[in-house]
Amino acid sequence: MLDKALTGSKLYWAWVLFLLVLVGIGTAAYIKQFNYGLGITGMSRDVSWGFYIAQFTFLVGVAASAVMLVIPYYLHNYKTFGRIVILGEFLAVSAVTMCILFIFVDMGQPMRIMNVVLHPRPNSVMFWDSLVLSGYLALNLLIGWANLHAEKMGVPHPSWTKPLTYLSVPWAVSIHTVTAFLYAGLPGRAFWLSAVMAARFLASAFAAGPALLLLLALLVRKITRFDAGKEAIQTLGKIVTYAMFVNVFLLGLEFFTAFYSHIPEHMASFKYLYMGLDGHNKLVPLMWTSSVLAVVSMSMLVFPQIRRKEKLLAVACVATFISLWIDKGFGLVIGGFIPSPMDHVTEYWPTGIELLITMGVYAAGILVLTVLYKVAISVKVANEYPAPLKGAVEEAH
Amino acid sequence: MKIDRRQFFKVAGWGAAAGVTAMNVVGRFGSGGRAQAFESMETPETVKAKQFAMVVDMSKFKTKDDIQKVIYACHHTHNVPNWGNPKDEVKWIWTDTYKHVFPGQESPFLDEAFKEMPFLVMCNHCDHPACTRVCPTKATFKRPDGIVMMDYHRCIGCRFCMAACPFGARSFNWRDPRLALNMNDLNMEYPTRTKGVVEKCTFCDERIAQGKQPACVEAAPAGGLVFGDIDDPNSDVRKALARTYTIRRKPELGTGPNIYYVIGGGETNAG
Repeated sequence: MLDKALTGSKLYWAWVLFLLVLVGIGTAAYIKQFNYGLGITGMSRDVSWGFYIAQFTFLVGVAASAVMLVIPYYLHNYKTFGRIVILGEFLAVSAVTMCILFIFVDMGQPMRIMNVVLHPRPNSVMFWDSLVLSGYLALNLLIGWANLHAEKMGVPHPSWTKPLTYLSVPWAVSIHTVTAFLYAGLPGRAFWLSAVMAARFLASAFAAGPALLLLLALLVRKITRFDAGKEAIQTLGKIVTYAMFVNVFLLGLEFFTAFYSHIPEHMASFKYLYMGLDGHNKLVPLMWTSSVLAVVSMSMLVFPQIRRKEKLLAVACVATFISLWIDKGFGLVIGGFIPSPMDHVTEYWPTGIELLITMGVYAAGILVLTVLYKVAISVKVANEYPAPLKGAVEEAH
Repeated sequence: MKIDRRQFFKVAGWGAAAGVTAMNVVGRFGSGGRAQAFESMETPETVKAKQFAMVVDMSKFKTKDDIQKVIYACHHTHNVPNWGNPKDEVKWIWTDTYKHVFPGQESPFLDEAFKEMPFLVMCNHCDHPACTRVCPTKATFKRPDGIVMMDYHRCIGCRFCMAACPFGARSFNWRDPRLALNMNDLNMEYPTRTKGVVEKCTFCDERIAQGKQPACVEAAPAGGLVFGDIDDPNSDVRKALARTYTIRRKPELGTGPNIYYVIGGGETNAG
């Protein structure tokens, strides 16, 4: 089936080539980091995790969000999602691939990565995170690929994928819960030490992931003959709406607890992020951008009349995605380190090399996504437009 | 029940696999292997303890020089690189003011002398360390004598321990530490580290093994730093704790820090 990714239009190959160039630039930047050390990034003794770990955290959410398609389709037999569920599963594969790459580029001693397997400590949340993430990658790749292959052959989905699909539901919840536990169980970091952390992670994931998927579905419809269907896109829009409101509600809970209790260390990181602390306010404009975009997205999403217009729905989804990306792919991780446990404010900003490596990882993930989507869409299109239009398969993409 | 050859091999194979796995699990989860490895490093001189601890008596440090000597002794003994900038900084023992060492305890009316006092801070070698709990590879671990130890050869540089430590005790080698060391003034008895690993105070495990006191204790004014087994009622540490009122950093977090501070007035009570 992979052969479908080896035939395509000029545009397809130009896109693949473009991504490969970006991956190449990212790799060159990584070699520089490998030789110099992680000091080449903006990280420091006080802010010891930065852009890489923040991207990892955000993308785990994108990966987990595939479950928002799997539950309606497989558990509730919601047929409308029949055409789009594969896009969700393959998006999860691409997102987890990026997660693993981000962890890798963040390691001080990447050559020792196998130590996690050779000398595991079951008490460590990171050990469990590596287990659930690799498991989730395997599950989605296996289920998506097998079911797609069955569709290509014109036979029902193999029965063995069914229990795996059911397993993937709690598994998706687990990857993001465990990722939240990386943060929520640390004694000296008041900003992260919150029982709603995992719930907030899931809510923001179920808004950002489906928002991205919705945009991808619209893009796929524009450049190929594959249409996920108007109703599927509308349902996705509803999911984004509910999840976004729940997410902002949970963020509101955090604010209330911190500021009504008035405990200094619980307020400190919020103050740094939204107002600045001790004269340091590098992240303030970003966080307010996120807040404004959240208000924009919610005030659009909440009205069905607006949501029904696909162009406006797309705008709302872009706003949702960027808002959540700033909040979780930057503020949440950096904010936890500021102020430091000794109450000092050390600021962080990614360096050029750090951004190039990040770009390289994203390009690699998008490349995986492109290849998987090319295969999936080619199979679907070939099924829908049989013999007479066989040339269309090659056209797709 | 009759089983054929094929079924027999199948069952035997699964049985063997399960056995090997079980042995692995027992080996990994049990602590036997670790204790053995530790004991093999012991010599007859090794100072033994159930939990090493330290009392920092700030009243004994009279001058800036008293403090600098302590920091130099530690950093020189352990070839700690001196980067001269906060971004790449590596430190095992350093000073900070009351407000930062005991955040949340400060008051606007604190006496100036205490406000500016340079408190010595280092790893607390906690009873329940958050750093060892989160380490995915057991590269940092608690020894039977209470020392929170680092294995620089196993550390993968994920820095989870740095996020977990509530005392900011851990440093990461953002760059090759040898670039920030005076190669003509190295302590050849102690290894330098590599880039990409975390390091911190180890209570001078290498000196304790030879029956010596930690380097900082030796360099401090008499009674300034008291080191010993907190589990032994006759130890110097316990005697110092019995003499006067001491406080610890962030005890409310439940990590059980083992560095105790005498803040002032120590001289009136000193026996």
